[in-house]
Amino acid sequence: MTRVRRWLPGLLLVTPSIVAVAVFVYGLLGWNLKVAMTDQHDEISQGSFVGLENFTAIWDQERWGISVRHAIVFTVVFVGGALVLGWLLAFLMEKGIRGESGFRAVYLFPMAVSFIATGVVWRWLMNSGTGERAVGLNSLFHYLGLDFLQWQWFRDPDWGMAAMAIPAIWQMSGYVMALFLAGFRGVPDELRESARVDGCGEWQVYRHIVLPMLRPVTLSALIILGHISLKVFDLIVAVSGKQIITDVPAIFMWTAVFDSHDPAKGATIASYIVISVAVFVVPYLVWNARKGKRS
Amino acid sequence: MSVAQEAVRHAAPADRARQRAAVARWVRLALLLIFVVVFLIPVYVLLVTSFKPLSEADPGQAWNLPKVWTTEAWSIAWEKLEPGIVNSVLLAVPGSLISAVLGSMNGYVLSKWRFPGADVVFTLFLFGMFIPYQGVMIPLVQLMVNLGVYGGIPGLTLAHVVYGIPICTLIFRNYYVTIPDELIEASRVDGAGMLRTFWSIILPVSGPAFAVVIIWQFTSMWNDFLFAVFLTAPTSWPTTVMLNNIAGAQTVPYSQQMAAAILASVPTMVVYVLLGRFFMRGLMAGALKG
Repeated sequence: MTRVRRWLPGLLLVTPSIVAVAVFVYGLLGWNLKVAMTDQHDEISQGSFVGLENFTAIWDQERWGISVRHAIVFTVVFVGGALVLGWLLAFLMEKGIRGESGFRAVYLFPMAVSFIATGVVWRWLMNSGTGERAVGLNSLFHYLGLDFLQWQWFRDPDWGMAAMAIPAIWQMSGYVMALFLAGFRGVPDELRESARVDGCGEWQVYRHIVLPMLRPVTLSALIILGHISLKVFDLIVAVSGKQIITDVPAIFMWTAVFDSHDPAKGATIASYIVISVAVFVVPYLVWNARKGKRS
Repeated sequence: MSVAQEAVRHAAPADRARQRAAVARWVRLALLLIFVVVFLIPVYVLLVTSFKPLSEADPGQAWNLPKVWTTEAWSIAWEKLEPGIVNSVLLAVPGSLISAVLGSMNGYVLSKWRFPGADVVFTLFLFGMFIPYQGVMIPLVQLMVNLGVYGGIPGLTLAHVVYGIPICTLIFRNYYVTIPDELIEASRVDGAGMLRTFWSIILPVSGPAFAVVIIWQFTSMWNDFLFAVFLTAPTSWPTTVMLNNIAGAQTVPYSQQMAAAILASVPTMVVYVLLGRFFMRGLMAGALKG
């Protein structure tokens, strides 16, 4: 009884939050899944249970295939690009450089700004006009004598989504840099020193000592970037709106709800977005919880 | 061989190494400066375009500096954006304060006044941090309608506070873990209960964690678009939605769009410049936990 008196107040204090998370996160995820399994294709009907029919039927829609392909291209370019650029910036700075705080501030500030605001300027920078009609980056390339670099950016029918990843890389690579910089600095100097004493060159020190110790940071960065990427929405709304050429599941869902007024379809797409994030975040969280218990 | 010659022979490789290090340092500095220029390209375009008069604000000459500097685009953009900025303030200021209070209580209990199953609760909270909000949006709209708060600022605030619980709890918990358990024990032995200990031991040292959480929540509420577009009616539109409408309209000149984009970013930029240190800590909390 005394033991219960010891922890009960704590539980009571957290209860409002537990209830809120239980209802708003888990309850609504379940509710959404329930809607996805009905034939409620307008806003008036109640809809009856149809199982996984919506989940299979959506693959017959051409637009769904396009948006999934777009999301994959975007994710690969964005996650890869932000990781490489962030790593490179951290690598260039890790030994200390004059004016480091200034550099960090410049690389990080895009994180403080919304995609909606930066989309205004990126939409112009990535204007698709080329040659005589070049504006934005294409005209900058022209000034620099790099005309061969001009392309349609996000209007390119095949690789437009790779262009769409550029503003996202611009926004997030500073964050990745900060993560890696903390990782680099977390490697004890004695370890590097003793490797040098053992005759390792600078590159070998990186290969055998520093890079292996960056693995946990890399994993964290991958998870963060990956889950941002799979639900990307604001950026695309701001740069190109609802055009099919840059459609992704989150935009498709938005139009399913507001334009087609089809809750079941919207909920189905939303469920797919959740599943795509959960398949890698859940193992990560479980792994993290176990690691926490061991230490 | 004289001593001097000996010294030269030894010094030569060391000199070469020093030279190499100096070259490497300059190369690194040069590369970092190139990236600074690349990172600031969008800022340059935003700034110069926003100061141009209508006659110069066409995409063809956006790289040029204004021939005539004017703030006329800024005042028009401010007029258009002001209602949204007011709404955003009404959302983000109370919202981030409530979030901080909740997060502080949760973090305290989950680190210092634990109950059986506290770890499971914490892990379940963490998943809430990663869920794509699309996954709850359709029923959330319905729930807000049922609760009678759909369309207004209070409903939007509620959503942000609730979905902010995981990250706020995480930041406070990780901060409180560093407070020695002995302090809590001593307070218990003195007969202080949970709330008293929280008030007199924990809260006085919580300043930095409050700063981190308030900045984090303020920034994400200010910059959010998804919740706003699903949950608010036109009179309650925050800055981001207003800005998107201004920027999406074909009739609005570039200079005004860009001025509006800068205006919409000013509050978070100010926070970032003044309190960047805390901003960074919030960022790191999302990744390096435990």
